[in-house]
Amino acid sequence: MVRVDGKGEAKSLIRVRELDKTYRRGEEEIHVLQGLNLDVDPGEFVVFMGPSGSGKTTLLNLLGGLDVPSHGSISVAGDELTRMSAHKLTEWRARHVGFVFQMYNLIPVLTAFQNVELPLLLTKLSKSQRRDHVEAALAIVGLGDRMEHYPRQLSGGQEQRAAIARAIIADPTFLLCDEPTGDLDRKSADEILELLTRLSKEHGKTILMVTHDPMAARRAQVVLHLDKGVLTDGDRAGAAP
Amino acid sequence: MKYLPLVLANLLRRKVRTALTVGSFGVALFLFGILAVVRGAFRQGIDVAGADRVVVVNKVSIIQPLPIAYREQILRIPGVKDITYDNWFGGVYQDERNFIPQFAIDVESQRRVFPELVVPEDQWKAFVEDRQGAIAGEDTAKRFGWKVGDRIPIMGTIFPGVWQFNLRGIYTGKRRDDDRTQFWFHYDYLEEKRQWGKGMVGWYTVRIDDPDHAPAIARAIDERFANSPYETKTDTEKAFAASFVKQAGNIELLILAIGGVVFFTLLLVTGNTMAIAVRERVGEMAVLKALGFTDGFLLGLVLGEAVLISLAGAVLGLLACKLFTLGGDPTHGMLPFFYLPASAIAAGLALAVAVGALAGILPATSAMRLRVVDALRRV
Repeated sequence: MVRVDGKGEAKSLIRVRELDKTYRRGEEEIHVLQGLNLDVDPGEFVVFMGPSGSGKTTLLNLLGGLDVPSHGSISVAGDELTRMSAHKLTEWRARHVGFVFQMYNLIPVLTAFQNVELPLLLTKLSKSQRRDHVEAALAIVGLGDRMEHYPRQLSGGQEQRAAIARAIIADPTFLLCDEPTGDLDRKSADEILELLTRLSKEHGKTILMVTHDPMAARRAQVVLHLDKGVLTDGDRAGAAP
Repeated sequence: MKYLPLVLANLLRRKVRTALTVGSFGVALFLFGILAVVRGAFRQGIDVAGADRVVVVNKVSIIQPLPIAYREQILRIPGVKDITYDNWFGGVYQDERNFIPQFAIDVESQRRVFPELVVPEDQWKAFVEDRQGAIAGEDTAKRFGWKVGDRIPIMGTIFPGVWQFNLRGIYTGKRRDDDRTQFWFHYDYLEEKRQWGKGMVGWYTVRIDDPDHAPAIARAIDERFANSPYETKTDTEKAFAASFVKQAGNIELLILAIGGVVFFTLLLVTGNTMAIAVRERVGEMAVLKALGFTDGFLLGLVLGEAVLISLAGAVLGLLACKLFTLGGDPTHGMLPFFYLPASAIAAGLALAVAVGALAGILPATSAMRLRVVDALRRV
């Protein structure tokens, strides 16, 4: 169940209360997010839509522990993010968050295998265990035969699939996807959306995705609208095939 | 070790730039190695100087002689155990480039005062019995292909004329750094043939009973000859060797100055390279941070890259230097100890690591302080 009225249950996976984010530009204060509440249960596929500058990416950054709010609280699986030091937050990200970016953000000098392996370097897994995990993740995203390819040798869709494999490799609590289809053609975008839908339905992954793409929004169980820093309840789509 | 592929991949992304930076380190460390070799060659005499020996020279200058009559007087000074004397000959073998240090020695006392320079007993006996006999260090004999029994003509520069010697023996040293380039012959032969300076010697080398007594004995010797026509200046053999080196200028300062300038330049070059490398990868570093890599990891990553570059260059430079020194003294005798010691290699590697780390510290700190949100916005 996803709620934006601040009345969600205490057992919600993600629990955001009275979240404000304000930037200063000289003397001017810019209120990017204002009094935002959000409750997300495990396994939900939530899409945030809204015009440019509405605060979508800022919200994802805050939920992913990449930025700190000006006011309010964010709790994920019982961990209160706003009370963590920068170092703790970094460690927390490694365990709980899988990021998928619009521009894929693979390391160009590493192969698909090495890119996907990166989050596992932070674990105590042995080399052979890491290999098994990476092969499994790349197989899930359909890149089992592209493991030794460098990003420049992959198409945009394949790069994004590798990025998704990197995001899920450490089995994070939830995935944060910032316009994952924004740089792809329709066919590749559909493949990525299909993959994310499968991760949500078959693997029970909690996914929070920012997009401008109505087709992408149709895949989600819930679509929320963000405008001028205020989050409003949208459609409960029921996930289109 | 699991991060090594990441470090190597980063270093190899701009192969030419990395190669040039490694090359800069290589050239600098080659130069460092050569400077260390030259310094070692100059310091060799100081390093192997006997602690229980003092050297007596003319107070005016080392090139001024002392009377041979001083020998008996010095021997009577308390604490003096033995004494020998030498005279610089300064001749030329075949060509002026063939420099070898030649000494007229006191055959009777030489081996007692310098026991570390060893001559086989039969060769020494043959040398003693031949007034024109000579003994060469094994390096010199090897350099000119001399064998025992060879007739060796030396053209005198200080003492004119062609001096004929019979090579009766070849000496070696007990320690690795002992000078094996000298050429010895009978003082009596010099005394017999020279036209001037008869009854004089170049300097005395005195063995004493206890190294701790060296200052007192040196003082006693100098006081003994004070106000005489030939006043003396007595020093430990180490100080004597050091003063000998100083005649060629302040080698240490020169080496330090050259080395300092080279490494400071290297610091700037590497620092700039690393700064560019970090600037190019701001987005990637932000992604690593987003994935959960800590600030400390990024600091270590950049520092590791800088140190790896410097170490690779240092290994190449020092290896090239070592190979160069294995070819022997390129100055044909001016630097008989053309040798790169393990201590210099270790110092070079340590210096390279320090310069690499120092050059990497600013870019590494900026990578560490990178704000993920700002950096991702720029990607």
